[in-house]
Amino acid sequence: MRLIDALQYRLPLAGVVSILHRASGMLMFLLMPFIIWMFDTSLSTEISYDQFTNAFVAGIGFLPGWFIKLVCLGLIWAYLHHFIAGVRHLWMDMTHSVSKEQGRSSAVVTLGSSLLLTAALGAKLFGLY
Amino acid sequence: MNPNFGSKRLVVGAHYGARDWLAQRVTAVLMALFTIVVLAQVLMPGALGYDRWAGIFSQQWMKFLTFVTILSLLYHAWVGMRDIWMDYVQHVGVRLVMHVFTLVWLVGCAGWAIQVLWRL
Repeated sequence: MRLIDALQYRLPLAGVVSILHRASGMLMFLLMPFIIWMFDTSLSTEISYDQFTNAFVAGIGFLPGWFIKLVCLGLIWAYLHHFIAGVRHLWMDMTHSVSKEQGRSSAVVTLGSSLLLTAALGAKLFGLY
Repeated sequence: MNPNFGSKRLVVGAHYGARDWLAQRVTAVLMALFTIVVLAQVLMPGALGYDRWAGIFSQQWMKFLTFVTILSLLYHAWVGMRDIWMDYVQHVGVRLVMHVFTLVWLVGCAGWAIQVLWRL
């Protein structure tokens, strides 16, 4: 089977949550140096803290500030989705819930709550409130 | 004699899977706990500037928890990324390269994060 064939499958919502769990994990894995850079600059000294906050306004190097904010928004979504999908897994392990209905309804809750929280935090990040 | 070698070698039943499955969940719970603890302190009333932010992580018990979280993340991400490579990369040589890259990447990142934490 080629990748293009795999894309022909219509995934159930539980499957969408599952593949996004992997994608969000991989995104955070790849951006880990950026996450630690934020950890480093925000914590080390007051001067580096100013560099950290300034990155969201003036950008880093040739990357503009809005792009840095966009990457952070992606990370916020990845963290929230991974967190909530993970709690869903733990809940399924503990309650042995394996029915299609529960898989679907908990997938709806996972996708809905992670997107809603991302929108709320994204609005804050881009200064809408 | 148990013919457990060559093409007859038993490759299942060593419980590597169960160990990693459990480790991934235990480390996830530790990281979730860390998240809640950080959020609880960040959401306390008052402006959040450098002093308060650095103050959160300079407490000894918080360094303890953050250190445990960094090591948990290292193991958790290793299990997850290894699963991804095992599922999608069929070529043994390419998979080995990806495994080595993942380990180097994770160990390097963990070292950096621990350095930031312990010089605070």
